[in-house]
This record gives sequence, structure tokens and C-alpha cells, in this order.
Amino acid sequence: MFRNQYDTDVTTWSPTGRLFQVEYAMEAVKQGSAAIGLRSRSHVVLACVNKAQSELSSHQRKIFKVDDHIGVAIAGLTADGRVLSRYMRSESINHSFTYESPLPVGRLVVRLADKAQVCTQRSWKRPYGVGLLVGGLDESGAHLYYNCPSGNYFEYQAFAIGSRSQAAKTYLERRFESFKESSREELIKDAILAIRETLQGETLKSSLCTVSVLGVDEPFHFLDQESIQKVIDTFEKVPEEEEDAGEGEAEPEAAAGTAEQGGSGDQDVAPMEM
Amino acid sequence: MTKQHANWSPYDNNGGTCVAIAGSDYCVIAADTRMSTGYSILSRDYSKIHKLADKAVLSSSGFQADVKALQKVLKSRHLIYQHQHNKQMSCPAMAQLLSNTLYFKRFFPYYAFNVLGGLDAEGKGCVFTYDAVGSYEKVGYSAQGSGSTLIMPFLDNQLKSPSPLLLPAQDSITPLSEAEAVDLVKTVFASATERDIYTGDKLEIMILKADGIKTELIDLRKD
Repeated sequence: MFRNQYDTDVTTWSPTGRLFQVEYAMEAVKQGSAAIGLRSRSHVVLACVNKAQSELSSHQRKIFKVDDHIGVAIAGLTADGRVLSRYMRSESINHSFTYESPLPVGRLVVRLADKAQVCTQRSWKRPYGVGLLVGGLDESGAHLYYNCPSGNYFEYQAFAIGSRSQAAKTYLERRFESFKESSREELIKDAILAIRETLQGETLKSSLCTVSVLGVDEPFHFLDQESIQKVIDTFEKVPEEEEDAGEGEAEPEAAAGTAEQGGSGDQDVAPMEM
Repeated sequence: MTKQHANWSPYDNNGGTCVAIAGSDYCVIAADTRMSTGYSILSRDYSKIHKLADKAVLSSSGFQADVKALQKVLKSRHLIYQHQHNKQMSCPAMAQLLSNTLYFKRFFPYYAFNVLGGLDAEGKGCVFTYDAVGSYEKVGYSAQGSGSTLIMPFLDNQLKSPSPLLLPAQDSITPLSEAEAVDLVKTVFASATERDIYTGDKLEIMILKADGIKTELIDLRKD
């Protein structure tokens, strides 16, 4: 009821102790297309749904390489995500330059979080409207963090953000206990299956998703369409079995009028992306 | 009232010689592995050759601390380039970057004498030679460092095209085969080692071709 009176400025508290502008920023994350991250002891997989504005356009890039040992998947305002990725890359390069060693993931997410917090306490700024799934590997092992527009960050075994992420989260909740010991292949398969959950019945094709992997002895890189399709082929043969198990509990979130693009078949990274 | 001069220098010369020769589909970059200071030897096994990108290899003699700092800057800049362009830097692009980086410190230069070797966009060998503040030129061959004065005239004799009076000298690409170029490099280093006290110990040769980089390590006189 009081929302409208106290939501103009990020620097105005509501009587119930909330900053509505920050909460609205988190809404923006929910509007973006889904992004998923999972980790095992030795690998981290980031995957996302490729969503394009229309059939004519290419899809936006949502997963970025930060360094050989860190990748980030975003959901929400892609422009904000790009800017933050550039910041992360810059921090990583500066750390390597000064210390001749890779930037520990935990340090990076703290800096990101502090950067986001600044925007929640300046009247002339607005919070970043993007959620970041930061996956990385350092001396203490494989990590997956989620950075909020609020400036909070959490570590996860597996997580999903963006529209219809609840379906993916439900799938992940069932399976996450086994991820720690998962092999690289099992982890990738789980990521793609989680993506499938967010598609809500639409046929899963390799052109609809982007998958990236990083791990011990494996620098961050994207999987090519062929490899993704191979994994899809292993389970799409028995779609009935899987669908019964997965579809039940998923409550579809209010997707803000975005039409799921029907497989544009866009294999390469289009020039208009960054 | 004479001006007071500093009683220390921020620079030191660690000696050594670097050579590069461009071929039709290869590039040879070579340097000795001796690092000295004054009349002493600091290391017999120090590499002066560094790969900056898939198709660009830098060899620098001079003050190795400055060389190391220069390399770190170029490596970071290359990473940024890769993030922005999704591909590695070409040799001519790296050449320009190196020039700009050197000139950036025009008034407190990197004491580094550089030779950049690699393959251009068409797969032909290219060599770029520099002075300490970034003036550079694309050439067919070059030598820098303490033994350069002994080596350059001989390379001119062998690789510069004949009849310079009639035609403009065409030394852009050597007609030598890869084996002949490597042999020539071994010969010039053996000679330079004889007379230059700062050159010797071992010779490191890197051969850059479209399919990858090969490295050879050959002994030189150690006195």
C-alpha cells in the first residue's frame, strides 16, 4: 500500500525498512531469460537460454569469459551485465599483472558486490538491473556465486535465475546433492536438462541454449552446437520419462510478453553482439 | 656551479643479442641466453624470447627488468584485445601496440631493444625492429643488442638484394628456405660469440610457422 510513496528514490527507506528501488531492480533480473549454473568439485558449468527479440535478430550474449578460470552468466539488463563483465575482466587482468597469479573467485565477487552496493546508496545512481552467476576455479576449488543488484552475494552448489528459473531450481534441488561428485559430462547433462525445464515443453534444440564449461586443466570455453546436440540426443530419445518427473511442480512466472523464439538456427556469434 | 648529477642510474644493461629473419612462410627469432651485468654473468640460461600472441613473438635485449615490465604490459593489453575482438592480435597490430607502449614512456624509456617477429595476415614472415622509444620499421631481418654491430653487416651481405644502386634494396622477405635461415642464424651467433663478451652460453631459436612454433636450443661458447 505504501509502495508508491517510498519508491521514487533509491535513497528513501520505506516505513517497513525496505528499499523498493533495489527490490524493483531485482524484478528486472526475473524478467531476463534464464541462466543456470552448477558446480562439482572440479568443474563449473554455466548455461543459458538464447532468447532473441524477434526472429529477424540474433540472440544476446549472456555468458562472458572473465578469465581462463572465471566465467559469468547474466540475467536482466544485458547492457548492465556487459559493463560489469568488463569491470570483472579488468579486475582479473590487474590482479594477474600485480600478483602473477589468478584472481581468487571469492575476492572478485566481493568487489562486484561492493560495486553494486554503492549504487544503492547514491541518490544520483540507480542499482544495476542484472543478476550475475559467477563461476570459477581457484586454489580452494570450484565455486559458484550469485550476485544480486542489492549488493548481496551467495555461494551455491547450483542455481538458476531469470524467467521460469523456478522450474530449473526445482530440478536442481532434487539433484544437487550428487553434483559434488559428478563427472564433467554428468554436470553438463544436468545443466542442459535444467535448461529444458525452463522451456516448459518446447523442444530442446542446441540452437536454443548456450553452454560453457571450466574446470581443473580446462580453461573457460563455450561448447559448440554439435557437442550440445549430442548431449541432448542422449535424453531426448525418452522424452515421456523425463517430462513426467520434471514438469509437475513448475509454476510459470509472469514472463513479460516475450515470445520464445522458434529456433532461429543461428549458429555463430552475430556481429551485433559486443 | 656545476649541476649535481645522480650517483646512481635507474638502468642497467644485461647484454645479449637478438636476431630475427622473415621468410616466405616462416619467421625465425633467435637470442642468446646469457644475462650479464658489468663484467659478471648473472645467468647462462635466461630466455630473451617471449611469445606475445599466436603469431607474434618478441625478443628483447637491454635492461631485462624493463623488458619484463614491458612484456607484462603487452600481455595484459593482449588479453583485453582478445576479450574485445574475440581473436588474437595479428603481428602488425602487435607491432603498432609495442610502438605506442614504448613511446608512452618517452621521457623515462623502457631500456629495451626489441625485435618483433611473426606471421602477417597472409602467412608471410614479418620482422619489426625498434629503438628504445618506439620508432619501428618492418624489415626482412634485424639484429639488436650487444652483438648487433657484428651481426647486422653480415646479414646485410647475405640477405640484402644485390645491385642496390640500380634497384631499391628489397630486403623484405628473404628467399632462403627455413633450414638455410636457421643455419645462417647459427653461423652469425657463433661469430658474434667469438668477439662479443656479452653474447654466448646457449642460443635459443624459435621458428614460427602457420602450424605452430618450434624451439631449438644450441650450445655456444661459454667464455
